[in-house]
Amino acid sequence: MTTDMSFPSNTAPLHRLAHARAGDKGNRLNVSVIAYSKNDFELLREQVTPQRVKTLFADRNVQVVTRYELPKLGAMNFVIDEALEGGVNKSLNLDGHGKSLSFRILEIEIILFS
Amino acid sequence: MRWDYLNFLWDDDVGTMMQPNIVKIGCCAGFSGDRYDAGVPVAEALALADGPAYLMYETLAERTLALAQIQRRCDPEVGYTPYLADFLRPVLRTCLENGIPIVGNFGAANPPAAARRILALANELNLSTPCVATVEGDDVLESFGERTIRSWNNDEKRDLTGSRIIAANAYLGGRPIADALSDGADIVVTGRCTDSALAVGPLIHAFGLQHDEWDRLATAVLTGHLLECGAHVTGGYFADPGYKDVPGMASIGFPIAEVSADDIATITKPPRTGGLVSAATVTEQLLYEIHDPSAYLTPDVQLNMTDVEVEDLGENRVRVMGARGAPPPGKLKVTVSIEGDFLAEGEIGYSGLNALARARLAARTLLERIELHGSNCAVRCDIIGAASIHDSIYSRRWQEDSVPSEGDYRVRLAGSTQNRAEAENVAREVLSLYANGPAGGAGVRYCVTPRVHTLSSYISAADIKPKITFYGQRK
Repeated sequence: MTTDMSFPSNTAPLHRLAHARAGDKGNRLNVSVIAYSKNDFELLREQVTPQRVKTLFADRNVQVVTRYELPKLGAMNFVIDEALEGGVNKSLNLDGHGKSLSFRILEIEIILFS
Repeated sequence: MRWDYLNFLWDDDVGTMMQPNIVKIGCCAGFSGDRYDAGVPVAEALALADGPAYLMYETLAERTLALAQIQRRCDPEVGYTPYLADFLRPVLRTCLENGIPIVGNFGAANPPAAARRILALANELNLSTPCVATVEGDDVLESFGERTIRSWNNDEKRDLTGSRIIAANAYLGGRPIADALSDGADIVVTGRCTDSALAVGPLIHAFGLQHDEWDRLATAVLTGHLLECGAHVTGGYFADPGYKDVPGMASIGFPIAEVSADDIATITKPPRTGGLVSAATVTEQLLYEIHDPSAYLTPDVQLNMTDVEVEDLGENRVRVMGARGAPPPGKLKVTVSIEGDFLAEGEIGYSGLNALARARLAARTLLERIELHGSNCAVRCDIIGAASIHDSIYSRRWQEDSVPSEGDYRVRLAGSTQNRAEAENVAREVLSLYANGPAGGAGVRYCVTPRVHTLSSYISAADIKPKITFYGQRK
């Protein structure tokens, strides 16, 4: 594993604690965030909030982010409206489906301990 | 051997099928561009196993059907998945000789032509004539006409007056597929149906599921959802080296689900294949393209996956259980495809010393040229290597100082317009950088793509009448 020098020692990118997959329906994106260890689920639930995801996608003018929690799977599902600049029918983005955006969410910085 | 087994299950005195304990379904394609050779290990594993088994092929994305409809208008014998024979050729003998029915939505816009192609393929391979069933009735453009469809509400509240409807198809469920199997089909060819229906149909048939066995139907939908993207659940689209490693990526084994009569689905893959089935691969696929996990709507049942549990049994076997079902909504989703815009794209590469400055100059030159044209074309620039797919039309992150000045960069221009000639002019601006742009620009590629625009409408399920037709050797 690589060390992320840019992060303070008590923090880590979400990428180290969870994996994710993105899917699309029209202009709506969904990204699952799944903890590698269910023990980390509560930490992720506290910090990977809909508000933070909305802020992350501010450059796309995202207004509505809904989070569904699946504690039995150690997972959350984020539904992000209007995130795809029109979706695969209209977008000028090389990734019109937004499939790569799972890795954008995984950049979120998690405070491991305070 | 397999037929003996099935005959044993059939109780002539009662005239009903005894319920099997385990039903197996393998998925050999998760999209039309999938690997042709993936089906072989799946079909062989199912042929060696006991009990009823089925193969499914999912090859129909949202827009694929509209493109197929355009092809059918040019030639009445096409308009099904163009790679139908490539997918079926390697598995057809194994399936027919071992009594493994095949279900696929590879009929696309023309299930009857697909059925004829499959019969021709069986003939080419010197196989005895199979029984092929088509399921139609999804094509509401045919049954309701363009004028009626224009009058329907759609999710974008868009006025379709004057729009040319290319295709309009309702999502059918698993019931008609089950009926076709019950009437002896070796191969069931559908057009538009929910992806999960390709597994739900066989499970309804094999277990004799009733309309109101909601939890069992929910398990069937969950199984179909896990299978529908092929290798997506067995280590495809999953690997992240150092974090999520997957062995044997060049020969990923496609999934097999073993569904038990007590509603447990075990996901596995054929022996001696690459890939990985773990709690992580299964959970990623479980939530793929899901919105509210408590209300996944299908024509057969509303699936609630909130209480689903995923248990890793080791050795590429993962148990999934806890699906809950509720009655489905009385409406079916319809995808309506209309003509969209023309997407113009062009790329040019800059590499080595001061490459970023040259790439930025190229990008700015392109944007200025589009402005000089005075066109209404919406455009965007990327610098691949600096910022592209994670960038947005508002932020232009390739302009930020943090990007290293030397590297291997590719400038991309994309534009959208309703006018093909204008789109071609936009794309050609990238080509003209060869003689008019910054030094060392290389490797131009450009193209113009007509796009289909899709909208969603809803129709009362009672207004859709699925039609089953048999071809070949009727049993």
